[in-house]
Amino acid sequence: MKKWTYAAAAIAIGGVVAAGAAAVSAEDKPMLTIDGETFTTHVKVPDDHPLAPEVISGWEYRTRETQALELDDFQNPAFLAVEQGEELWSAVDGSEGKSCESCHGDAAESMKGVRANMPRWNEAANKPWTLEEHINSCRKDRMGAEPWKWESSEMLGMTAYVGLQSRGMPMTVQTDGPMASWIEKGKELYYTRVGQLDMACANCHVDNYGKYIRADLLSQGNINGFPTYRLKWQGVGSLHRRFKGCMDQVRAKPYKRGSDEFVALEAYLASRGAGLSVETPAVRN
Amino acid sequence: MASAKPRVKVPKSAAAGEVITIKTLISHKMESGQRKDKDGNVIPRSIINKFTCEFNGQPVFTCDLEPAISANPFFEFSAKVTESGTFKFTWNDDDGSVYETSADIKVE
Repeated sequence: MKKWTYAAAAIAIGGVVAAGAAAVSAEDKPMLTIDGETFTTHVKVPDDHPLAPEVISGWEYRTRETQALELDDFQNPAFLAVEQGEELWSAVDGSEGKSCESCHGDAAESMKGVRANMPRWNEAANKPWTLEEHINSCRKDRMGAEPWKWESSEMLGMTAYVGLQSRGMPMTVQTDGPMASWIEKGKELYYTRVGQLDMACANCHVDNYGKYIRADLLSQGNINGFPTYRLKWQGVGSLHRRFKGCMDQVRAKPYKRGSDEFVALEAYLASRGAGLSVETPAVRN
Repeated sequence: MASAKPRVKVPKSAAAGEVITIKTLISHKMESGQRKDKDGNVIPRSIINKFTCEFNGQPVFTCDLEPAISANPFFEFSAKVTESGTFKFTWNDDDGSVYETSADIKVE
């Protein structure tokens, strides 16, 4: 099964080459099925969609070894974070003597579908909120607790645990009303060249997905698996950390986690990847 | 790394003589000792260096871990069970900590 990997790697030395595209739909790839539930990793889209003819989950671009980690919840190291999140869910914190559970009860019920439509418009804040912002707003205003840092193990554990409750559901972010302008802004950022290498997100993830950039197979950059266990990080990381990593790689000055720019990007990518199953917490390399 | 958390997966019951699959995972950073921090100082090695599994006091599986092993080491191995009993799992940390957990199995 590794034949194409080696063949492609051998000729990838010069940079981006067309080699891996066929690999993605190769028949010998397993389906993404966890505990008997099959996930949607390919979504047919109309011709005017930037990823036409198909939106493809990043899962399809990983090697079998990495895929195997996601197929089995026991092997998936992100579940260490999920367990932490589960403990925090019922842990009382802050001046109000409350835990998440005090208001929201059983997460499997109350948090079902929450991850699938993030980021969600918040009327009071007059901007879309990511899952992290929802959690910290609860901690600050309802629990009287210290907000968690974006990339703290507590926050990653909680977003992984809450996200897991939506696993298997299709991504369905709101695209009309006040969200429309944010998605438009995100799209603009996605296609704007930045940094010393003068590259936009789209140069890799729209123009060249399925091809190798040196030793890495480029995916479409869909966000349905975040927060995700990344082998390179040896741990779970947020979507905004991934954004930052890409910006560092094109030698641009990254925006801050939770900045309006990253939230807009997240909103655009959520709308572009609509229909893919939420895979939180996924495993990538 | 006092927060290391082990997870094990052992079937609750098995037929006598059946070969069962055991899976274990532990959270650990597995710092290799080869890396340097921002100031150029070596980050000291901190890994789990040994893993053992015993069944009713008898060794089933033992292995030494080396610095090249990734964070959160995962093991999967099989064992033949002939009687009911307890699997005991032990992980030895470089800093002297020992993480232990156990799982019971009933042979019918």
